Amino acid sequence: MSKKLAASLGVGILLLVLTLLICVGVGSVSLPLGEIARILLHKLPLIGQWITPDWDNASEKIVLEVRLPRVVLGLLVGSSLAAAGAAFQGVLRNPLADPFTLGVSSGASVGAAVLIFFGWQYSLAGIFTLPLVAFASGIATLWIVMRLARERGKIPTESLILSGVVMQAFLGAIVSFLTTLSNKTVNEILYWTMGGLSLRGWSYTAILFPYLLLGALFLWSRTRRLNLLALGERQAAHTGLDVERTKLTMLLVATLMTAAAVSVSGVIGFVGLVVPHMLRLIIGPDYRLLLPLSVLGGGIFMMWSDLAARTLLAPTEIPLGVVTAFVGAPFFAYLLYCNKKRREAAA
Amino acid sequence: MIELQKVSKSFGSTPVLHQVSWTVQKGEFWGIIGPNGSGKSTLLHLISGSEKPGSGEIALAGKPASVYSRTELTRMLAVLQQDGLPPVSFPVREVIEMGRFPFLDWLGRDTSEHADALIDNIMKQLELTELAAKPLDELSGGQRQRAALGKVMAQEPAIVLLDEPTTFLDIRYQIQFMELVSAWQRDSGLTVVAVIHDLNLAALFCDKLLVLKEGHITATGTPKQILNPEVVREVFEVESALVEHPDSGVPQLLLRPDSRNVVTTSQHRIKCL
Repeated sequence: MSKKLAASLGVGILLLVLTLLICVGVGSVSLPLGEIARILLHKLPLIGQWITPDWDNASEKIVLEVRLPRVVLGLLVGSSLAAAGAAFQGVLRNPLADPFTLGVSSGASVGAAVLIFFGWQYSLAGIFTLPLVAFASGIATLWIVMRLARERGKIPTESLILSGVVMQAFLGAIVSFLTTLSNKTVNEILYWTMGGLSLRGWSYTAILFPYLLLGALFLWSRTRRLNLLALGERQAAHTGLDVERTKLTMLLVATLMTAAAVSVSGVIGFVGLVVPHMLRLIIGPDYRLLLPLSVLGGGIFMMWSDLAARTLLAPTEIPLGVVTAFVGAPFFAYLLYCNKKRREAAA
Repeated sequence: MIELQKVSKSFGSTPVLHQVSWTVQKGEFWGIIGPNGSGKSTLLHLISGSEKPGSGEIALAGKPASVYSRTELTRMLAVLQQDGLPPVSFPVREVIEMGRFPFLDWLGRDTSEHADALIDNIMKQLELTELAAKPLDELSGGQRQRAALGKVMAQEPAIVLLDEPTTFLDIRYQIQFMELVSAWQRDSGLTVVAVIHDLNLAALFCDKLLVLKEGHITATGTPKQILNPEVVREVFEVESALVEHPDSGVPQLLLRPDSRNVVTTSQHRIKCL
């Protein structure tokens, strides 16, 4: 188990670093991988002093101030969504569950849409107004969904999913309504609901990082419980798991991570649904592997998607949510197909 | 080991169990029999703590059941459900290891040094060693139920509750399963309480039987004392004939298709005429 974990984490981290370097390198000015690696290493403590800067200033500026913040933000958003998605699928034991199942994304979208509609994006707290309000309305939605689903002190999974779906439909209608009403700002609301990472800068990264770090560590420490839950809630309870508490805390943490990610990047679908499933098809159902690898896999997937979003039709940017679905769905279908073939061969 | 005093339970306004008092000694193998809806499963749920009694006291190993924490309780008492394990794709050995959950410290390490040997032993005993790496969803029903038993054994409980554990098994696996439980019980002085539908299977394996009807205990005793056509008629409203098992002498029941039904319909027809 620990060997398999170490090996797959090793491969994952290697792929992650490689992806990061490539994504930083590609753009209107392309930079060689070696140079990017040296620029980045130069910034690290201890190792940095062994590297003599032999690149021009412009490259360093492009790497550190333009491309890297965006790539790292993509990494963090992807990681958060995929980890939250794995947790949601584990707790709700539903293959269609994703980080948005409980309506967090629609809640955040309503907050964002209202701000954009009235032109209040920078009114409260400067550039942080939109993420703050989106985060708050996302969490408020979760609270309502939980209240709706609650029955005699317990939260049955089925009613939780139904409440989430109802809220999503309702809040989605509000967003669509606001989108159609606002003639001049229609694109801005629409673009926010399709997600994007452009022009975000390091400050957004700094907002998201603590949520991802603490959230992912918490979820990782609970993966054994997710494995037990896979056997059913009754089984898990008879094996000593406090089912209601586990469900509640895991969903809360996963939702916080989701809300934080959505508030800085808008709604980016598909990552949280598909990345854990892809990994499950590759490495099996064990959450002790699945959760940490979802963190890496979500990051990798998102960095590639964002690379496609900003380069394919450059200088026009494709909304990130469009790319994730466009790239993710066929790949997922391919994995499903391979898995089916393998099972047929085994039978 | 288990002591119930005047335990009652209702769901809403429907009473399910009424003033049930019952004592189970350490090492006994009890079967709970009774018709559908007589409160058998509810009784198990009350003992396992997944339902709280409406009134009355339940004590386990001399202490009120409510004082045990969930971990303490699951270290002492394990439950095997009717539907066993769902078809997940975890390998057999890992599922059985999940039974060790109440014994893990906060870092996920087993507090017992013999855990690995214990699991190996269980795998061997249940003839699962060769299936260790096979995913659960590729096993047959009987194998999967054996894996479920293995998980319960890994919990090293003093009490095991079985809720109709053989319902979905064919006769070969039914016998095999009950023999495995029986062997485990003899080897480790386990206390077993099993809800069993098959009266003959109950007579073969249980030391004692508890008969429930409409939430009341109608009889307790050895299979010899309990299983006879009168009790079966009274509790299940089924006609039967009693025979003795040629090997062990325990009572076995043969079912008699109900002749009264035929009579009443023909009488009914006469009346109509």
